[in-house]
Amino acid sequence: MSEVNEKKEKKGLFARLKEGMSKTRESITHAIDTLAGVYKELDDDFYDELEMILISADVGVATTEKIIDKLKEEVRARREGNPENVKGILKEIVADMMQAEPFNPQSPTVVLVVGVNGVGKTTTIGKLGCYYKEQGKNVILAAADTFRAAATEQLTIWAQRAGVPIVAHGEGADPAAVVFDAVASAKAKKADLLIIDTAGRLHNKTHLMEELKKIRRVIDRDFPEATVRVFMVLDGTTGQNGVSQARVFRDAVDVDGIILTKLDGTAKGGVVISIQEELKLPVYFIGVGEQKEDLQVFDPKDYAEAIF
Amino acid sequence: MAFEGLTDKLQAAFSKLSGRGKLTEKDVKEAMREVRMALLEADVNFLVVKDFIKKVTDRAVGEQVFDTLNAGQTVVKIVREEMTAMMGGTHSRIEFTGNPPTVIMLIGLQGAGKTTLAGKLAGMLLKQGKKPMLVAADVYRPAAIKQLQIVGSQVNVPVFEMGQDKPVSIVRAAKKEAIRTLHDVMIVDTAGRLQIDDTLMTELEDIKAELNPQEILLVVDAMTGQEAVNVAKTFDERLNLTGVVLSKLDGDTRGGAALSIRAVTGKPIKFASIGEKLDQIEPFHPDRMASRILGMGDVLTLIDKAVEAVDEKKAVELEQKLRKNQFTLEDFLEQFQQVRKMGGMADMLSMLPGGNKIASEVDEDEVNKSMGKTEAIIRSMTPKERRNPGILNASRKRRIAAGSGTTVQQVNQLLKQFEQSQQMMKQFTKMGKGGKFGRKFPFKF
Ligand SMILES: Nc1nc2c(ncn2[C@@H]2O[C@H](COP(=O)(O)OP(=O)(O)OP(=O)(O)O)[C@@H](O)[C@H]2O)c(=O)[nH]1
Ligand SMILES: [Mg+2]
Repeated sequence: MSEVNEKKEKKGLFARLKEGMSKTRESITHAIDTLAGVYKELDDDFYDELEMILISADVGVATTEKIIDKLKEEVRARREGNPENVKGILKEIVADMMQAEPFNPQSPTVVLVVGVNGVGKTTTIGKLGCYYKEQGKNVILAAADTFRAAATEQLTIWAQRAGVPIVAHGEGADPAAVVFDAVASAKAKKADLLIIDTAGRLHNKTHLMEELKKIRRVIDRDFPEATVRVFMVLDGTTGQNGVSQARVFRDAVDVDGIILTKLDGTAKGGVVISIQEELKLPVYFIGVGEQKEDLQVFDPKDYAEAIF
Repeated sequence: MAFEGLTDKLQAAFSKLSGRGKLTEKDVKEAMREVRMALLEADVNFLVVKDFIKKVTDRAVGEQVFDTLNAGQTVVKIVREEMTAMMGGTHSRIEFTGNPPTVIMLIGLQGAGKTTLAGKLAGMLLKQGKKPMLVAADVYRPAAIKQLQIVGSQVNVPVFEMGQDKPVSIVRAAKKEAIRTLHDVMIVDTAGRLQIDDTLMTELEDIKAELNPQEILLVVDAMTGQEAVNVAKTFDERLNLTGVVLSKLDGDTRGGAALSIRAVTGKPIKFASIGEKLDQIEPFHPDRMASRILGMGDVLTLIDKAVEAVDEKKAVELEQKLRKNQFTLEDFLEQFQQVRKMGGMADMLSMLPGGNKIASEVDEDEVNKSMGKTEAIIRSMTPKERRNPGILNASRKRRIAAGSGTTVQQVNQLLKQFEQSQQMMKQFTKMGKGGKFGRKFPFKF
């Protein structure tokens, strides 16, 4: 398997991010540059076009209007008249909106990973496991997706790649019981970091959200000395439904932040700007591929730079 | 909820248009601004929205407003009709070859839901009397083969696999095996891939060349945003899709991607995947999807009911009577029955944007009871009395009250109401052509 998986040559992290997002960047930068060339002054048409560029990045209508309003304000305040310079201001605004505190897990920390089906939870956990293991942390993975076929096997392969232990019960088991055991194991092994994979679930399924709450209760009750961080994984190709996902998961299990995946595609994941605006949930990491090194700490400036 | 807010906004924009016989460009433009917002919020691609708005605007401008509906509703109707047309008909069929095995290839981005869908299709075809076989051609994602094997065993369909061999070799061997073992359908689960990954897209082309599939179905997550257009377009250009399957439609997404995909590929959406259980697959309903994207299924249902319930010819007759001041209790009764046909007052109110609030304040039983009473009273009158309520003296009123299970007081109340209505009607018709009857129910209940 590893031969096939290693088909892509290895590259540095930053190169990967840049490469991963280059298509995105090219198209948008190109669009804005063209705009700047076409428009000699900052008129309504200019802003309308800018609006369309943001909307096409899945930023959403309401947030786009907010951004454009801010932009106009800034442009007025700075007496800016040159379309060329507007791009820089736009980047600043977006980067400002996306500021977040860095995630530095103190020992012991439990990371609970949640999200709708197929967004990249298991893969991201594999990458996180590799990342923190390489930083010298004592990491344990927990396979609390006991629902999806072969989910445990999938995470087991990732645990092997990362060289970290995994706690698993197999298909059909009670996910809360897996978590219970994982917490015990993390305590016994004095783990720095316990990362829990959960089954993908659509946020409008109440009973599945209840199951998630139960998992969270087990962690809070049995591991009070640990810091708990809940990350919602969001597929970068998701549109405005991302806001609804973030809201419901936050209300259910008190999500701390977002991990935005699949940014190696053409999608921009602009809905995270709305999520940050509306729900104050920052982005912590981004996924830019399927290999273990395809994980990046989210940097608002890079993100803004990469999209525009 | 954002959902209701949208419906309200749309209706608010449309309500400004009411009361005119024809729609002007300005009217339509105003309403279209709201439609545009709605579509963008639903994740329809912005270029598709642009085209769509143009189409609808062209059609709506100058459109004669149907008598029984206000102008806004006419616009809504056009919007839905155009959208349903764009969505295409129902195509929930699989093309089978006379020379089995029929090959179905499932392709799409990572995490779209291909493997689960493979299981669902296999189960569905098995039930239809076919003898399907699943083929594991996702050699990249960890445990993908295992996942397909489990799914296959759950639906009692065998899975062909060759581990992490080359996908093209796998499918070649699979086809031989299918022929040998007399399986008449083979469903190939491929690895998720980005449409810009040239190596992996070429791999799909190679698989296609090897198999000559009857069906190449693109599986798309219903929650996909603006990129749905680029994804679908590239997959279609490189592989010439035969259809699309929307997955995760059991979520609360409005699913505008469906419209985007239709617009750029023109390929039919064949199935909707609506849950994690393996029997949760259904034919795709273009009309329902159109309503869902607009977030206004209820308003549209109401319009349908109005069109159904109101007999246009009768409405014209009624208008004539009104003009000649011949509106009688019989007509009054008919009006009531129309409201009834539309599901009763509370039902009707609740379907209107903002009406939910009113409906929740209105005691439905009370309203229906009072409507029922009114009907009963009129029914207890002789035709002569209905046409000429002036002849109703005390003894006639007592008879009517007894016959309808009401009181004389209630009979009087109704007569007074009717008189007021007649008064209103007179003024109404005097206002001339502006006020076409039937657009509103001029009665208070
Ligand atoms: N291109 C790309 N693919 C990704 C990325 N992250 C995950 N994937 C792929 O997306 C698919 C789904 O990923 P999973 O990790 O299985 O997703 P999940 O959320 O655990 O899925 P469920 O457990 O089934 O809900 C797999 O094919 C992954 O390889 C990413 O950043 N980029
Ligand atoms: Mg998973």
